[in-house]
Amino acid sequence: MGDYEPTILAFVCNWCTYTAADLAGTSRLIQPSNVRMIRMMCTGMVDPKFVIKALLEGADAVLVSGCHPGDCHYINGNLKARRRIKLLKEILPRFGFDEMRLKMTWIGASEGIAFAETLREMVAEVRSLGPNKTRSLMVI
Amino acid sequence: MARTAKIEVKEQDPVASLQGFLKMLLRSGGIDGLLVAQHLPGKNAVMPTLVTDPEKLGGVDPLAPAFPINTAKVVSRLTRRPLGGQVAVVLRPCEIRAFVELVKFKQGRLEDVILVGIDCLGTYGNLDYARFVAENGGLASTALFYRDIVDAKGTAGDVPDLSPACKACEHPVPENADLLIGLLGVDPNDSLLLSAGTPKGNALLDRLGLPSREEPPGRKEAIAELVARRIAYRDRMFSETAEATSDMEKLTTYLSNCVNCYNCRVACPVCYCKECVFVTDVFDHEPSQYLRWAKRKGILKMPTDTIFYHLTRMAHMSTACIGCGQCSNACPNNVPVMELFRTVAACTQRAFTYEAGRSVEEDPPLSVFCEKEFSEVTGGKD
Repeated sequence: MGDYEPTILAFVCNWCTYTAADLAGTSRLIQPSNVRMIRMMCTGMVDPKFVIKALLEGADAVLVSGCHPGDCHYINGNLKARRRIKLLKEILPRFGFDEMRLKMTWIGASEGIAFAETLREMVAEVRSLGPNKTRSLMVI
Repeated sequence: MARTAKIEVKEQDPVASLQGFLKMLLRSGGIDGLLVAQHLPGKNAVMPTLVTDPEKLGGVDPLAPAFPINTAKVVSRLTRRPLGGQVAVVLRPCEIRAFVELVKFKQGRLEDVILVGIDCLGTYGNLDYARFVAENGGLASTALFYRDIVDAKGTAGDVPDLSPACKACEHPVPENADLLIGLLGVDPNDSLLLSAGTPKGNALLDRLGLPSREEPPGRKEAIAELVARRIAYRDRMFSETAEATSDMEKLTTYLSNCVNCYNCRVACPVCYCKECVFVTDVFDHEPSQYLRWAKRKGILKMPTDTIFYHLTRMAHMSTACIGCGQCSNACPNNVPVMELFRTVAACTQRAFTYEAGRSVEEDPPLSVFCEKEFSEVTGGKD
């Protein structure tokens, strides 16, 4: 397990967290390379199916990150997303997915440092959990 | 104060007396039709029928322990637009609760219906019901059912077991009914309780002019006793199901007989999507995709997306699940889906302090949000 590198799928919103990621990059902050980012127009567009599919396909964790409450470009998409993530956090742990494998954060466009920090923390957490078991299950 | 009256039972035959009452209800005016379960001619099948002619109520038997369909789906069809008349719909408690959910999804309206709820003592699965009535026929079997269940509080001989959903149902008494027909705590061989729960029900009861009665003294205790028994069964079911599905390997085993027929979704009264995403071309994968998937682990179970489907369904309907058990009834391979969906539903509904079917005033949890809530989801920040 020593050389295990987790894969994290991140659904980030165009207006805040994606911009923060961009800022982290242009600021040359050191970031883990474990993250596969998917840019959404809003976290409110993240269908629970996307998260379920990602975890079933073997992603070690899923991050959903968008604007702080009140800052959503579409007024309240992030608040709708929060309820959906809450729902998934009730369902998925019942079937053995550690709650840490699904994370939601608010990261504003100017928070490049917070973005890099969040990823580093998350990678460390998920690394300590070990690989997602669905990777090795024969039948899904 | 709720008005109460009684339906006299003649010759110890509650079914015939109920038929008489429904006939009177339809004749009384002010009602254009009656939606009620009826034995179909020639075969031991019970289905909802929409009746406008009081003479066509010969096979009516809302007490039959048959549950081929959650009638809320039918009521939804009748009320999605103005119906052009008032229809009294005779429903089980779980059917009313499912309809309440559909009303909130704008897939039904309360305006044109009078909800008549009947205390529910439970039903059989489809196959068990067919076996149960094979010998004596529909109406006579219903009488036997009540003799066994009501009098002896048990079952005699080869009578099959009630469906697990009914044994785990903590809502035997209709909620939100305009008119309630009570069986619990009354002697169904003497009279049935009739009680109005809404102004609409009160007005109707006034028109009928039935002899009034007090709520029978033993009713509350009888209900409490039954509910306690069912909750005990339900909680046992919850913990057993949670244990049997506690990780992905176990869940895969639990669902291993699933053939992706999606019957559970078709039968589900609260699966509200008009077109399920799992039958759209989103899931018509490219043939070469299957090969790529298979190559990843060297093996791919077909049909694919079984667990994906069930988890997605939970995300869609678990907050609206009223526990009627039609999913299990419809499953061709006896996958205990009701147990699974109810166990998850209990947990998601608790998380949103929501109870499916409780009130039309309560918004479905995923249709609303607040600015400050669930801060634990985002690490305590909101």
